[in-house]
Amino acid sequence: MALSVRIIPCLDVTDGRVVKGVNFTDLVDAGDPVEMADLYNLEGADELTFLDISASSSDRETTLDVVRKTAEQVFIPLTVGGGIRSVADVDRLLRAGADKVSINTSAIARPELIAEIADRFGSQVLVISIDARRARTESGFEVTTHGGRQSAGLDALTWVEKACSLGAGEILLNSMDADGTRAGYDIGMISAVRAISKVPLIASGGAGTLEDFGAALDAGADALLAASVFHFGIHRISDVKKYLGAQGYSIRNNRIA
Amino acid sequence: MIAILDYGSGNLRSAQRAFERSGSEVVVTSDRDVALNAAGLVVPGVGAFSACMRGLVAIGGDQIVRDRIKAKRPTLGICVGMQILFRDGDEHVTSELHKGVGIWQESITKLAAPILPHMGWNTVSVTDNSQLFKGITDQAFYFVHSYAAKSPVGVAQGWTTHGEKFLSAVEDGAIFATQFHPEKSGDAGLELIKNWVEML
Repeated sequence: MALSVRIIPCLDVTDGRVVKGVNFTDLVDAGDPVEMADLYNLEGADELTFLDISASSSDRETTLDVVRKTAEQVFIPLTVGGGIRSVADVDRLLRAGADKVSINTSAIARPELIAEIADRFGSQVLVISIDARRARTESGFEVTTHGGRQSAGLDALTWVEKACSLGAGEILLNSMDADGTRAGYDIGMISAVRAISKVPLIASGGAGTLEDFGAALDAGADALLAASVFHFGIHRISDVKKYLGAQGYSIRNNRIA
Repeated sequence: MIAILDYGSGNLRSAQRAFERSGSEVVVTSDRDVALNAAGLVVPGVGAFSACMRGLVAIGGDQIVRDRIKAKRPTLGICVGMQILFRDGDEHVTSELHKGVGIWQESITKLAAPILPHMGWNTVSVTDNSQLFKGITDQAFYFVHSYAAKSPVGVAQGWTTHGEKFLSAVEDGAIFATQFHPEKSGDAGLELIKNWVEML
């Protein structure tokens, strides 16, 4: 066997609650992050990602509690992103029980933050999240901010290379063109990033059919992150893994025989 | 009682909860006497070899580990906590090797793999005499590392392949070590922890 592909559900959290539609009938409280984390764990999620979309600092404090409670009950890797601007922010999250953090806008604003975090905690804790779209830049892909609404004035492949050289441990590549369309991942973008990076690559944005997941892996993704297809119950994680396993991809069987 | 050695490295809170699942009392400590006398000592570790070793030496942890091993008291190294039990590691240095605790006289070197870190779930193939993996078959464990030991040490071994074959678990009398994170490896990891705790 080889390293398994990772299926990662992403939960948006604010004020201690999961937001965005969640459509699981077997949840007692659909907004409770710990309960959802546990359910996804049982379904075979290989990691969990919390995206903190809090607008206020008091909500951010609550997120630390959510991380704490989740890490104490669900024993799979947990990544937390959103609002991380300093080494001190990372330290707080890791102490609360996060295994990795993902940074996006703050790294674009101040790339040295990547090196600061990697030097202090090691590259393995650091996921660089990139919101990219097709554009007339050198590589044909550019980095965006504000949920894809604004150009960061940065070529996506140039940014990947820079982030890796500064100490990124992993790249989370979100296609802003494909995001929310359920029309498939941006395969060209995944291949382009894979070709120039030697760290694990997580693809995100556009997952619709089961075949889409396989196509992203064929393009070179090591892991697949999705939100709505899982939250709305369009696919269960266990179904995605069963499908990929049948197609010959290495997947993790999470049940003790 | 199980002690998790606190020398500033690793996700101690979730490690503590994972070991508590085995029904034991678990303390996170940097106190020498507590660490020496615990029924089992867990040495966690994430990040760079040299940084971990510095942190360990700063609390006298290298001597605690040597003393426990001399006294045949069970000790479990996890991830970089496994690596630092070896003689040395060449992580993040070009000219000089970093010294480890030196329980095993082998070196920790970079994995020859196209994608690093080796991050995610991978399987472990274990020798038949393994106690740690008793009853656990065909399960994957969670790895995050770029360096590893490549030569066999100890009595029982687990092997994993990423680019090349490396040592992912060791059992050597009272010394146990895993390159993966059992505390982050779901049910399979909790089962392995339970196996270890039952041996104490």
